[in-house]
Amino acid sequence: MDDFLAMGGYATYVWSSYAIFVVGLLIDYLAPRWRNRRIISELHGRFARQKKKTETAT
Amino acid sequence: MTPTRKRRLIMIGAILIAAAAATTLIVLALQQNMTYLFTPSEILAGKVPDGARFRIGGMVKQGSVERGQSLTVAFVVTDGDGDMRVEYNGILPDLFRDNQSVIATGSMQGNHFLATEVLAKHDENYVPRDVAEAMSKAHRKHDVPVEADKPTP
Amino acid sequence: MNTLSLWFHKFGSPPTFYRLSRLLCPWLFAAACLIGAVGLYAGLVLAPADYQQSDAYRIIFIHVPCAWMSLFAYIFMAANAFIAVVWRIKISEILAMTSAPVGAMFTAVTLLTGAIWGKPMWGTWWTWDARLTSELVLLFLYLGVIGLYSAIEDRRQAARAASFLGLIGIVNVPIVHFSVNWWNTLHQGSTVRLLGPSRIDASMLWPLLLMALATHIWFFASVLARSRTSVLEQESGKEWVREIVQAQGVRHG
Repeated sequence: MDDFLAMGGYATYVWSSYAIFVVGLLIDYLAPRWRNRRIISELHGRFARQKKKTETAT
Repeated sequence: MTPTRKRRLIMIGAILIAAAAATTLIVLALQQNMTYLFTPSEILAGKVPDGARFRIGGMVKQGSVERGQSLTVAFVVTDGDGDMRVEYNGILPDLFRDNQSVIATGSMQGNHFLATEVLAKHDENYVPRDVAEAMSKAHRKHDVPVEADKPTP
Repeated sequence: MNTLSLWFHKFGSPPTFYRLSRLLCPWLFAAACLIGAVGLYAGLVLAPADYQQSDAYRIIFIHVPCAWMSLFAYIFMAANAFIAVVWRIKISEILAMTSAPVGAMFTAVTLLTGAIWGKPMWGTWWTWDARLTSELVLLFLYLGVIGLYSAIEDRRQAARAASFLGLIGIVNVPIVHFSVNWWNTLHQGSTVRLLGPSRIDASMLWPLLLMALATHIWFFASVLARSRTSVLEQESGKEWVREIVQAQGVRHG
């Protein structure tokens, strides 16, 4: 196991590359989810306001 | 296809062809100035202006590496046709060894090259250690010259 | 209208696109993660060490798939940009614009892991050779497309302007690919070739191909996930969006 983690003396280089890869994918996965959530709640609010307006008008 | 779309298609096509042509011309023009490195025989042929800082590229000649005091090292870079002695004082990359492609930056000093940086170029071959050993053994057995650069079959 | 464009119009209709991508996304992400996990295990544990570079070469299993994706994403973006500029199909505009950030991410990872690989092997983090420089230009092209898209107010006009920029940038793609053949570079030539034998042992090649497959699937998953949100945003006046938002908004609060 220690041998595996040591990566033949190149541990810092190999593991930091893999870390960058994983972080990159994680950001790529989360960013659109956050945006999706934000936009849905935004639209939800807007539609709710519109509904209220039409109800009070009638 | 409607006429407007056809017009747009022709426009985009023309612009793309123009961009491609322009890039090709730029690339061809740069070809002369974009010399990343010179080989020893090019230097011996006098293609490098005097006193210029440039890069030399080639293989480390087998058995030519002389290590001096502390980090001083001298070796011969060859491209098969010409040899050039390179002197360097600094840390060498891990891949530096006999028959390895190297690229050194520096300038000519007399008839040898004084390097300020030495980089190792690795080839595009990836071979497990035991396979590489078995291959070089087989090569030696059949009197094939052993080279680190031999492509994997 | 022929059957192909008829099919395109059906798939390209925003509500169908939204439902389909919502259905596909989780499966694509799961497949990418699963295949990627097998690929990483194979690359880090099963594949033997290289004869020259020992274990440092294992960076190849992420560097090379990401580098392939940086070009693949650009070609996908440019193809959609072409349709967007000529036919002005909304979905193509959206697909072109959402593939830019994913491609930029892969390009950035390629450059960073390449630098980390270059330090121990070549002896330098960076050099201005043709391959490294053209890959950096590729990143700037992606950033230019993203920047232009966010700089213009009207979403559709912004998409078409940025598409146009991306379309012209396609000339850089062959330069990145062939730079190692056209010029003397510090970067080595291509290892995996479509024509002729690859210059990598089979025990190292299959983890690499698995990783390439995983990143391709990931790309499509991410582009669909992003496009779904953009469709919702741009169609916000439509009735079908209202229905979806009201069904989902309750859950999200």
